[in-house]
Amino acid sequence: MTSHPSPDHHSLTRGPASPVLLEATSQVPPAAGGDVLKSGGARPRVPRIPDRIRRGGLPYLLLLPALVLELLIHIVPMAIGIVMSFRGLTQFFIRNWGQAPWTGLHNFKVAVDFNAPIGKALLHSFYVTCGFTVLAVGLSWLIGTGVAILLQENFRGRGLLRTVFLIPYALPAYAAIITWAFMFQRDNGLVNHVLHDQLGITAKPSFWLIGDNSFYALVIVAIWKSWPFAFLMVMAALQNIPRELYEAASIDGAGMWQQIRKITLPSLRSVNQVLVLVLFLWTFNDFNTPYVLFGRSAPEAADLVSIHIYQSSFDTWNFGSGSAMSVLLLLFLLLVTAVYLIFTSRGRKSTDV
Amino acid sequence: MSSTSTAPRSPAAPRPATVHRSPTAPPRSFLWTRRVVLTLVSLFTLVPVYVMISSSLKPLGDVSGKFSWIPTSFTIRPYIDIWSTIPLARYFLNSLIVAGTASVCSVVVAIFAAYAVSRYRFRGKRVFTVTVLSTQMFPGILFLLPLFLIFVNIGNSTGVNLYGSRGGLILTYLTFSLPFSIWMLIGYFDSIPKDLDEAAMVDGCGPLGALFRIVVPAAIPGIVAVTLYAFMTAWGEVLFASVMTNDTTRTLAVGLQGYSTQNDVYWNQIMAASLVVSVPVVAGFLLLQRYLVAGLTAGAVK
Repeated sequence: MTSHPSPDHHSLTRGPASPVLLEATSQVPPAAGGDVLKSGGARPRVPRIPDRIRRGGLPYLLLLPALVLELLIHIVPMAIGIVMSFRGLTQFFIRNWGQAPWTGLHNFKVAVDFNAPIGKALLHSFYVTCGFTVLAVGLSWLIGTGVAILLQENFRGRGLLRTVFLIPYALPAYAAIITWAFMFQRDNGLVNHVLHDQLGITAKPSFWLIGDNSFYALVIVAIWKSWPFAFLMVMAALQNIPRELYEAASIDGAGMWQQIRKITLPSLRSVNQVLVLVLFLWTFNDFNTPYVLFGRSAPEAADLVSIHIYQSSFDTWNFGSGSAMSVLLLLFLLLVTAVYLIFTSRGRKSTDV
Repeated sequence: MSSTSTAPRSPAAPRPATVHRSPTAPPRSFLWTRRVVLTLVSLFTLVPVYVMISSSLKPLGDVSGKFSWIPTSFTIRPYIDIWSTIPLARYFLNSLIVAGTASVCSVVVAIFAAYAVSRYRFRGKRVFTVTVLSTQMFPGILFLLPLFLIFVNIGNSTGVNLYGSRGGLILTYLTFSLPFSIWMLIGYFDSIPKDLDEAAMVDGCGPLGALFRIVVPAAIPGIVAVTLYAFMTAWGEVLFASVMTNDTTRTLAVGLQGYSTQNDVYWNQIMAASLVVSVPVVAGFLLLQRYLVAGLTAGAVK
């Protein structure tokens, strides 16, 4: 990653610098809404009207509705959730939770006591979620990146395929997942029909939505849902790779595969940093997929943390315990994100994005 | 490299474009990889869609028996029956009201917030944007429990019934659609040259005039795309809908479970209903695909 050339460079060149030059030296995609109205910060300087800095309270006035809503829907509920996690908020206190006894760290102790049933189940569900996330994110990223690279060059049918690949992204989640649930049915589903009746791979029709197989069903559906997003992001990043790089490489005699390895993949580094993080957060918090596939209680092999907390909160009405688990989940996500950001930004020079 | 311009040299300084070379001709291995991979991925993508369409045209006996690729008998009855097996029209209306209101509200609020962030410098700007961005990574369950409690207790103490009402559900939907809309719109507004609205202000527009006469019209495609995206997210939301609705306010996401009864699971009707509820969002998506994709990717590569 190189940083943007500073605009001063271009005071030498007359008129607007050629965008090509700019783009070639920076692998940072232009952070603009799609159409590149600003060519990388190289607009010729015009005498500017002084910046509108702190003109009284106007910006705050503009922000007010958003601030009020943010308070109502995010800040206050989160504060309440944290307070709840320190209270014995069982079904007796749902209707007036101010009365719930203060229990200190008790809920947290129970949640992380891995020898007792509650902690044990939570730990198991945490492991399942980690395995699920690694598999689903890894494969979604791989398919998305691969397909985007294969669609980089123009060929007949490219536009159609691009639209087709966005279908999983456009379909409402539950409509798609319920179709997968139908395909995974033991007696009348497509999956067993293909595997058992048509190909004879499995000796007898297997269960996919209960027992150990449910984990694989979950992973497959999650990949089906999230790889198009990876594809979209990578495709956008590919459009920012200057053609000249490829032309220069081909003049130097590099073949297609070599160009992909030497030019395409390195250029994707910055988009991948964001992409993997976003995919990780989505997948780790995924609730729709297990809920629609399995209903309120997922089989043990597919017991993701989100549905685990949901079920243990609403089946036993122990909101204190559920809140404590949610807080632990949040702490874990914050920790992973922080570590991830530190790790990925270490290899970077400063960018002025 | 023999570039003679005064421009800073870069490893990839373009050569004078005298020779128009065709880019590298892809080798056989690449072409075959492309064919095989794209065929497999297309199959993976389209098989569920095919199952949805073909099963929605089969009689109940056929979807209850062994799966068949080609429907043996062909019927459009499921499309007629879906409306009477469960109150689908009501769920449809509920989804429409909830998703529509939530997306429009969050975009309207987001327009002002994004304008402030995009055009002004003020104290606390960073804190605000970081907060907005970070709430997107929090699991929904974190907000669900407290919001549920708040609604139940407000109902108890004041008699205002938020729990189970459409208004309550709309409020919970803002938890994800508002930060998303603010974030996306900041990206769109940043791409509109500041000189445009500054010139308008010089010509005597107030800041709000500049917003509504210049910035909003220029960002219309973006605004429509963000609204649609917020709508799509709300339309397919399951977590809040499964807790915060009752029989009369149930949305499609939860309502479709009604086709699995004690005696029978009407798979053909489930598939037909899934198709019917997908049509509005898929059509909108395909229409606005260009703007949506641009906005989404811009927000993320930032």
